[in-house]
Amino acid sequence: MATNSGLVYLIALPLFGAISLLLLGRRADKWGHLLATALSAGSFAVGLFQLSEMLGRETEARPVTQKLFTWISVGSFNVDASLLLDQLSICFVLLITGVGTLIHIYSISYMSHDPDRRRFFAYLNLFIASMLLLVLGDSYLNLYVGWEGVGLASYLLIGFWNKKPAYATASKKAFVMNRIGDMGLSFAIMIAFASLGTVSFSGVKEKAEFASEATMTAIGIMLLIAAVGKSAQFPLQAWLGDAMAGPTPVSALIHAATMVTAGVYLIVRSNFVFDAAPNAQLLVVIVGAITLLFGAIIGTAKDDIKKALAASTMSQIGYMVLGAGLGPAGYAYAIMHLITHGFFKAGMFLGAGSVMHGMNDEVNMRKYGGLRKFMPITFVTFGLGYLAIIGVPPFAGYFSKDKIIETALNAGGAKGIILGSITLLGAAITAFYMTRLMILTFTSPKRWDDNQHPHESPALMWIPMSLLAIGSVASGYLLYRGEALKHWLEPLFEKHGEHTELLPPIVVSGLALLMVAIGVSIAVIKYQLSDIDAVAPENVSIFTRAARRDLLQDDANEALFMRPGQALTSALVKVDERVVDGTVRGIGQMAVGSGTALRKSQTGFVRSYAMLILIGAAALIAAIWVVTQ
Amino acid sequence: MEPLLTIQGPEAALFWFLAPLSVIAALGMLLVKKAVHSALLLAWVMITLAIFYIAQDAVFLGVVQIIVYTGAVMMLFLFILMLVGVDSSDSLTETITGLRPIAITAALGFGGLLVSLLGRATLGREAVGLAEANAAGNVQGLAALLFSKYVWPFEVVSALLITAAIGAMVLAHHQRTNARPTQREQAVKRFRSGSLAGAAGLPGPGVFARHNAVDVPALLPDGTPAPSSISATLKARGDVIDSGQFQLDNVDTTVAEEK
Amino acid sequence: MDINNYLYLSAILFTIGAVGVVVRRNAIVVFMCIELMLNAGNLALVTFSRINGTLDGQVVAFFTMVVAACEVVVGLAIIVTIYRSRRSASIDDASLLKR
Repeated sequence: MATNSGLVYLIALPLFGAISLLLLGRRADKWGHLLATALSAGSFAVGLFQLSEMLGRETEARPVTQKLFTWISVGSFNVDASLLLDQLSICFVLLITGVGTLIHIYSISYMSHDPDRRRFFAYLNLFIASMLLLVLGDSYLNLYVGWEGVGLASYLLIGFWNKKPAYATASKKAFVMNRIGDMGLSFAIMIAFASLGTVSFSGVKEKAEFASEATMTAIGIMLLIAAVGKSAQFPLQAWLGDAMAGPTPVSALIHAATMVTAGVYLIVRSNFVFDAAPNAQLLVVIVGAITLLFGAIIGTAKDDIKKALAASTMSQIGYMVLGAGLGPAGYAYAIMHLITHGFFKAGMFLGAGSVMHGMNDEVNMRKYGGLRKFMPITFVTFGLGYLAIIGVPPFAGYFSKDKIIETALNAGGAKGIILGSITLLGAAITAFYMTRLMILTFTSPKRWDDNQHPHESPALMWIPMSLLAIGSVASGYLLYRGEALKHWLEPLFEKHGEHTELLPPIVVSGLALLMVAIGVSIAVIKYQLSDIDAVAPENVSIFTRAARRDLLQDDANEALFMRPGQALTSALVKVDERVVDGTVRGIGQMAVGSGTALRKSQTGFVRSYAMLILIGAAALIAAIWVVTQ
Repeated sequence: MEPLLTIQGPEAALFWFLAPLSVIAALGMLLVKKAVHSALLLAWVMITLAIFYIAQDAVFLGVVQIIVYTGAVMMLFLFILMLVGVDSSDSLTETITGLRPIAITAALGFGGLLVSLLGRATLGREAVGLAEANAAGNVQGLAALLFSKYVWPFEVVSALLITAAIGAMVLAHHQRTNARPTQREQAVKRFRSGSLAGAAGLPGPGVFARHNAVDVPALLPDGTPAPSSISATLKARGDVIDSGQFQLDNVDTTVAEEK
Repeated sequence: MDINNYLYLSAILFTIGAVGVVVRRNAIVVFMCIELMLNAGNLALVTFSRINGTLDGQVVAFFTMVVAACEVVVGLAIIVTIYRSRRSASIDDASLLKR
């Protein structure tokens, strides 16, 4: 594989930004955000340059590597810190740096009143660098470094306003739940090392066909746990909603467009593992399907605009995971949906940020309404993202989501029918809750107080929104046209046989559009054509109540893990107090007791010491006397 | 084989005469009550040892022993004894329970074993004697060794000696914590404190006086007080002491020993 | 007469000195007993010198005297210092080590 010494700049630029902003401290307050944005844009430029070079090469010669240094060298186990840029990585590189740069620009304005703006940009750059390392690492171990790096950046950014205890708790929650996933990844690495003797992607791929299925299943399940943790999939989904405590640009970049999709990247990158482990693959599909519905249902009940969008993110990543679990047929579509989702969801989050910016940081949609007139640009860009997510042709989501639905239906047998139905149902629910969000925010009568003065956001904010909106419109078609993305990624995956088509594509599209229409109509009837309370009604069905409580995810976590954990901890504390401390204290008391006893021999009288010396001398002489007998 | 070294009659006689005396003196050192007596007995032991040195062809050491030990060191001891109080004697009753019997047992064991060890020890050859080593003279022989083979220890020991001298000075040095009172201040203090009895100062050494003379009238030849010898001021204040008690008839001449 | 008699005398004097260190309480007398022990050692050294026919033993005895002189100077200075603050030359009074 060809080497390319330019890859390191992708990571080095934002990393330099993060380090210098953090080290320079307040001296960089005036220009830190500009430097960070410029470095992120520079990284994007390097990415574009790499893409142009890659396009100029033959298909086989497209992946390039760069060895940075020998990291671990123990006997036969060698890990180099090296980077790998192939067709899959470049998609992510461009998404991360492109969307990342737009969000940097947006944040300049959004965070302009925050005294800690420099620190915010340092963390953003740190995130960009870590995320790039994640997608550029050529082995699971290198990926793991980036994986932890984004976890750290996410933690720092969710808790950016950590003066509010609730926000600090939210960041801690995200961190702890991510840890569970990270544990899965480290187990996967350990299993790979122990049974395959290598942790690099190419090495594992080579050995995958010789390894037993049980080994691959174990690695696959561990990787799935990692993906579940990072991508907020069932059952580790509870942290994403709380992660909205962070500033909105963070939610857009990290918790919508990039970091949470790292799980999908991991599954697609490890396609050789899952291809060799059908059971693990099935588990991936199940997780995706459950999360898809789970997130969608939560989304219908949320009044907090950011939490509704977070639930939607969860659900859309469910689509991606489901697609990735469908094997070679679905990988490309999972990535395609990931990219289009990156555009429209980031755009909508920025739109939500813009709305909050104009509404004094009010997040309750029931206190919005009629904002179309006051924020026309936000309305248009948000609307384009809305059309993209619900899958109206020819917007981006239509192409990517329809392909996943189609692939799911074609998975064969009962599995195909069940998965197809779930994805179609998900599409309907998505249409419902997104329409509800649009109506509550923009088109329904106004419900805000008179002391609110909604206004359009400054250009630095709406320009990135517009660019993302263009992406939401065009990206789907561009990637779909002539199966462009599929052919681009094809060399990385196993070839797959043709599926028998359960239904022709046009019928699937028709079905999907029908479901969307049903969802939209229900929402319009329920919200546009009837009155909306400014306060959430209390006399609602038990299902609504459960959905408002995130389908009891936190209660389940508390009952299943927290309380037993607390009980275990208090039991351990007792053991610690009685047994461990008792032993330690006993030893201490023994020492004190013997000291007290021995102290009596220490009279302090010089003469008694002298006498002991005399006795010792006598004993010495006696010993010599005996020995020389 | 003819032994190289035989101890002839005079030296043997000297030994048998002086050795018991030194042991007795040493034991006496342990048993006498007064420290001064101990010091004198120790001086005696040291002199006998000096004689033994000379008898054993260690003339230089014998002389040094007398000059340094009996001369300097013992004088230092006596000097300190004077400083601390020549009368200080400790009662010979033991205060630490059981110390004395244990100490004596241990010492008897120690000494007995040591003597028995010495008796058993053999050199493997006869004693040589110092006739050859002292051929050029004892002092010259010592000097040759001291300034060649032992020159380094010699220098180190001299450094030690200087350090010890300075150390002793530092230890014995007493820092004044307040200014030394002037004569004027002392006089003012005497007159201001309580009665004027001490105003004239304490009597000089060697003077038998029961009281300061200022407030006591002088005695006329017939033994009666002479009022004109008293300051009018003192009379006015009523500070005059009746001198009758000092008349020879009334004085108790059997002076009790003051402790 | 056997030359070993000098060594026996030395051992006896040393033992008497050791007993004196333990038994006597006046610090000055204790010091004198230490001097007695040193002198006993010196006697042994001189005798050894004579047995071996070399002067090295006498040189060492000479050094011992110097060191003993140093020790006396410093030791007596300590006694004076203690006496100044405690008005006592009894070594049993300086028993603060046990605290």
